[in-house]
Amino acid sequence: MIYEPSTLAVTVFFLFVAFTLGLSFYLGGRAKSSQGYFAAHGQIPWFVNGVAFAGDYLSAASFLGICGMIAFYGYDGFLYSIGFLAGWIVALFVVAEPMKRLGKFTFADALNSKFQSPGLKLAAGISTLAVSIFYLIPQMVGAGVLIQPLLGFPQWVGVLIVGATVVIIVLTAGMVSTTWVQFLKGSLLVVFSLVLTVMILSRGFKVEESGLRMVGPFAVDKTESVNAQLNEVVSQLREQPEWADATILSSDQEGWSEKPYLRVQDAEAQAVSVWRMDVNADGEAILREAQTVSKSADGTTLVNGQPKGSKKGEPELKPIGFISKLPDGNTETGPLGPLSFFSTLQQSEVILWSKETVGSGADATTVYYQKPTPGSQILRPGEHPKFKGIRKDSLLDRLNFLSLMIALFAGTASLPHILIRYYTVKDESSARKSTIVGIASIGFFYVLTLYLGLGAMTSGALDVTDGNMAAPLLAKSMNEWLFAIISAIAFTTVLGTVSGLILASSGAVTHDLLTYFFKMQLEDAQLVRIAKIASVVVGVIAIILGIQFQGMNVGYLVGWAFSVAASANLPSLVMVLFWKGVTKQGVIAAVLVGMTSSLAWILLSADSFTQIYGLAAEDAIVPFSQPGIVTIPLGFIVLVVVSLMTNGRQTHPETSN
Amino acid sequence: MESKNARLGLLLFTIYTLFYAGFVLLNAFAADTMEWLPFAGINLAIWYGFGLIIGAFALAGIYGFLCRESRE
Repeated sequence: MIYEPSTLAVTVFFLFVAFTLGLSFYLGGRAKSSQGYFAAHGQIPWFVNGVAFAGDYLSAASFLGICGMIAFYGYDGFLYSIGFLAGWIVALFVVAEPMKRLGKFTFADALNSKFQSPGLKLAAGISTLAVSIFYLIPQMVGAGVLIQPLLGFPQWVGVLIVGATVVIIVLTAGMVSTTWVQFLKGSLLVVFSLVLTVMILSRGFKVEESGLRMVGPFAVDKTESVNAQLNEVVSQLREQPEWADATILSSDQEGWSEKPYLRVQDAEAQAVSVWRMDVNADGEAILREAQTVSKSADGTTLVNGQPKGSKKGEPELKPIGFISKLPDGNTETGPLGPLSFFSTLQQSEVILWSKETVGSGADATTVYYQKPTPGSQILRPGEHPKFKGIRKDSLLDRLNFLSLMIALFAGTASLPHILIRYYTVKDESSARKSTIVGIASIGFFYVLTLYLGLGAMTSGALDVTDGNMAAPLLAKSMNEWLFAIISAIAFTTVLGTVSGLILASSGAVTHDLLTYFFKMQLEDAQLVRIAKIASVVVGVIAIILGIQFQGMNVGYLVGWAFSVAASANLPSLVMVLFWKGVTKQGVIAAVLVGMTSSLAWILLSADSFTQIYGLAAEDAIVPFSQPGIVTIPLGFIVLVVVSLMTNGRQTHPETSN
Repeated sequence: MESKNARLGLLLFTIYTLFYAGFVLLNAFAADTMEWLPFAGINLAIWYGFGLIIGAFALAGIYGFLCRESRE
């Protein structure tokens, strides 16, 4: 699709960012000590902190990633919503109050409160850094994705703008301004998602023409080869007057053989339209027009065989997201209620899209084809390629699914930038209350994601090549103002999450790593200065990685961070709280083994082989892609075994439990 | 007081974990049950999913309420 920057969107966007920065400078004057820089003096009101939890947590992955996944595949994206929220139960019931009681600045403090071990602080500090940086990459990639359509800059400029803005925010004020920015963003995100949802419901569903053609049905022999079926279709097609003289390209050529596509050359323009043949159980074939993206010999991008335009009216991919059938043959539903929205969709049919790459190397063509899908399938789990396994009879695929759901459940309470938020309130009761407020606002938002995603799916405004843009484009289909505001909020979403992550990392460097290497008490002003230097360094690393990893799926990258966080941190956190026999050696071993094993598993998995190294999925070394189901228990086992082995050296040898 | 909160927390945590585990296991091993339409023409997948989100909020509310009583 072609994105033209609109003056309104750009103005609203810059006003928003300017306001955020202004707020940050204003609040910056209030935090001078290290206690203020990292923990906002522990004086943030619990309600504000609770909404700021939502601000921290609802990152680009939640807003852009989940909405996009629902819009393209249906219910499966909502599985992430459920897992992300369920993780808060671990945070509230198990971790929140002890974290506040035991620690001062970082999660390493809390782990270490019993042991006073510099080695343990080092291990926990390293895992904080590793998790934060992994979590930073998708945020930066997401920022680039947003800036491109909004302002028309290339992606790396977007990453650079976010990186620089965040470093300024973090440098000026630390936790105080970060918290207020998060509060602002958390509230706006929830409020405007609600506004969008109300607009989706009052718009209802409508059957619309996508502008893409369809011909058929034609009778074919299902037992024959795809090429033979195509020939049967062509001979019947020739009988129709408008197809009698059409130039149909041979299917017996460069990678197109035995693929269910018919290619038709336009007489005047050089355009080639590609049609996909779908054969149903009764041997009826229907041709539906597909959309293609390819490269010409000189490297220009071709859409549907013509050079991609840069302005409206020039060749571009058509927007997608149309309903093809409504219940009882209706063409319009009018306003819907929050429940009838689902029951109506359940009985409708929506045109979803899949893609397939035909040919290889420079000749490769990506074909996006229509896939009319009944609502009952859209609203059930197991349609997304990553979740399809639960509908097949493969145990490994099911374990992979379980593993992901376990990592989402266990990961939330182990994310360093969430854990540091327990130090910005004054006591345990405030920690508890702010978690409850966090759960309420995050849960409410996640309920809305299902409406937003399905609303986008049927908005007729989606970009077939980019799922991450579903939420902003849905807003654009409503009106330009809403698009501007939603884009600005999405951008601040990234800003806020990134600044929280950078603060968590710089806290880890200052409090955990430096105390180990220099073994000295630094003065307060020095601590803050070192933390600011660390923030700039982490910010620069994030910018570089964000540019390096551009084009990778945002949700996939966040999945990494959750798995690593849960494997490295959760066993130690839980066992330190509930088992008296824990030793410092046990904790250090569990953190290091959990972190390295989950990282290694991810890097050796089929997903990394195909998406990062460009190798075949069959060559992957580990049996499935999600590490959690193996590496989280491994962390617990290592902790218990090492603790039992080293227990004799501790003063409290009794091992209850 | 702390251990009382912790015990209550663990109890509620266990309840929720079982509820969540039921959802995940149904999805993994009997995905077709999620297509069942128990009520209002809406399938089990949506009811259970919303139930997990609202359930988390309900348990959080109960926990907050009981902890406040024990404290004051």
